Amino acid sequence: MDALDVQKVASLARLAISEGEQADYRRQLTAILDYVALLDEVNIEGVEPMPHAIDVRNVFRPDECRESLPRTDALSNAPASDGSFFLVPRILEEKK
Amino acid sequence: MQLHELTSTQLMAGIRHQDLCSRDLVTYFLNRIEQLNPSLNAFLSVTGDSAIEQAERIDARRSRGESIGMLQGLPIAVKDNICVRGELTTCGSQMLRNFRPPYDAHVVERIRSEDGIIVGKLNMDEFAMGSTSETSFAGPARNPWNLNCTAGGSSGGSAVAVAAGMVPLALGSDTGGSIRQPAGFCGVVGMKPTYGRVSRYGLVAYASSLDQIGPFARDVNGVALLLNVIGGRDVRDSTSLDMEFPELGGYSGEHADLKGVRVGVVEEHFGAGLDPEVAAAVQGTVRRFESLGAEIVPLHLPHSRYSIAAYYLIACCEASSNLARYDGVHYGHRADSFENLVDLYCQSRGEAFGAEVKRRIMLGTFALSAGYYDAYYLKALKVRRRIREDFDKAFAAVDVIVSPVAPTAAFRLGEMLSDPLAMYLSDIYTISANLAGIPGIAVPSGQTASGLPIASQLLAAPFEEKKLLRLAAAIEMPATFPAV
Repeated sequence: MDALDVQKVASLARLAISEGEQADYRRQLTAILDYVALLDEVNIEGVEPMPHAIDVRNVFRPDECRESLPRTDALSNAPASDGSFFLVPRILEEKK
Repeated sequence: MQLHELTSTQLMAGIRHQDLCSRDLVTYFLNRIEQLNPSLNAFLSVTGDSAIEQAERIDARRSRGESIGMLQGLPIAVKDNICVRGELTTCGSQMLRNFRPPYDAHVVERIRSEDGIIVGKLNMDEFAMGSTSETSFAGPARNPWNLNCTAGGSSGGSAVAVAAGMVPLALGSDTGGSIRQPAGFCGVVGMKPTYGRVSRYGLVAYASSLDQIGPFARDVNGVALLLNVIGGRDVRDSTSLDMEFPELGGYSGEHADLKGVRVGVVEEHFGAGLDPEVAAAVQGTVRRFESLGAEIVPLHLPHSRYSIAAYYLIACCEASSNLARYDGVHYGHRADSFENLVDLYCQSRGEAFGAEVKRRIMLGTFALSAGYYDAYYLKALKVRRRIREDFDKAFAAVDVIVSPVAPTAAFRLGEMLSDPLAMYLSDIYTISANLAGIPGIAVPSGQTASGLPIASQLLAAPFEEKKLLRLAAAIEMPATFPAV
């Protein structure tokens, strides 16, 4: 495997990590990836992947209106809110 | 005998015969928590006032002759990744240090409706990622048998709380052994039910295809009681099973006759790396089965050696997706300074997640990224099916498989911190049950020369909880008490 691009992975995962952390993670993740190469030994020819432990498909429920979480409850843990909405930094530039 | 030495069954008998009332019981255990928690760090929060009010209401109903639910007013504590309305639910993480869920988890609703009383939230590895409870932002829970040893993890607080008699019953969650291993390290009974037996509604997700909530108790009967309460279909978790849940009865090991029962012993489980004291204790369990009339059947699970590699890929991939919800916007930690929205995500997550959580998110992100998906994630899912097929073959030949829970007794604190891979490798005996979805239980089976508990694990085919509990009760040893 190529040298692991830890910075790229961290940015895909939306994680700010320090340079010290980068070095630790490169070493630890490389060791783990070396270990999981063990799976190459297994004959998986024609084997269906198993995404779930118990085979359950197409679980339906009646399409009925139910009460949802009140807005005040939904906002109660927000780091920033104006009482009606979650507040985030501006993502569009103002028109000049 | 003091109250905390009694099993849940004995405590409920005391309540029914009116020797005890719920208020006295709850007060007694709250005092015990207050006295022991500074040294054991099992509880992250205690809900004392509301617990006493609830106990008084149950006592009043009882004195009016009204019928009382299955849990009879017993105090119960739950792992801190299980939502309790209005109470701190931190998952052992800085990220959720102020999070108060606006709803109860399904299992909490069930406990309340059967008159169980929630007395607090239990310490755990951050987001249930770890095998020692040391990744908790609140510091590790400590093993009541030796304060320098880990309680195991990730449900370390749950195991300690029951082992030290701070509560008679507790809930944990098990994604790769997180109930069975700490139960084993602390000398109590802990069970992971079949995947889908218990609704995950209100359980903070780690790896959704592997996570399952389950009970801790001082004996097999206590585990059966609590599983009776929490098990069954819930429409809010589409993976919860739409099939009848068997009434789990009272179990007794006395005069058990196991003629016709086939007990599997897996050769690969007793190889290199297994501590000789642990091996001897588990062999002792095998001999007890034999002396009760069971037939011992040697078995092979040829793919068990691949379970850790498959598990850490699958679990981390699912975690990287599940933990994407922590964005510093809806709930959880938000960084004080950031340049734009993406930087808000990166800084908030970088600051508030601990090292193990970041490591697993990154491993999962990498294994799902373009060019690596087939080689890692998809391959792991195919190996997972091979592991399940091994168990299907095994359970065509035996009723139950006996194995160690972990290769050693409890680790010393700090021993595993610098080498994550070494910690992952210690999950070898528990992890395949999560991949295969089968139920498993850890039962106390003796002690090391230095006085640490040793447990045996019993595994059964999917949906065979009743059989598993009956056989566990047949070989269970009476609970002993650490000198705390």
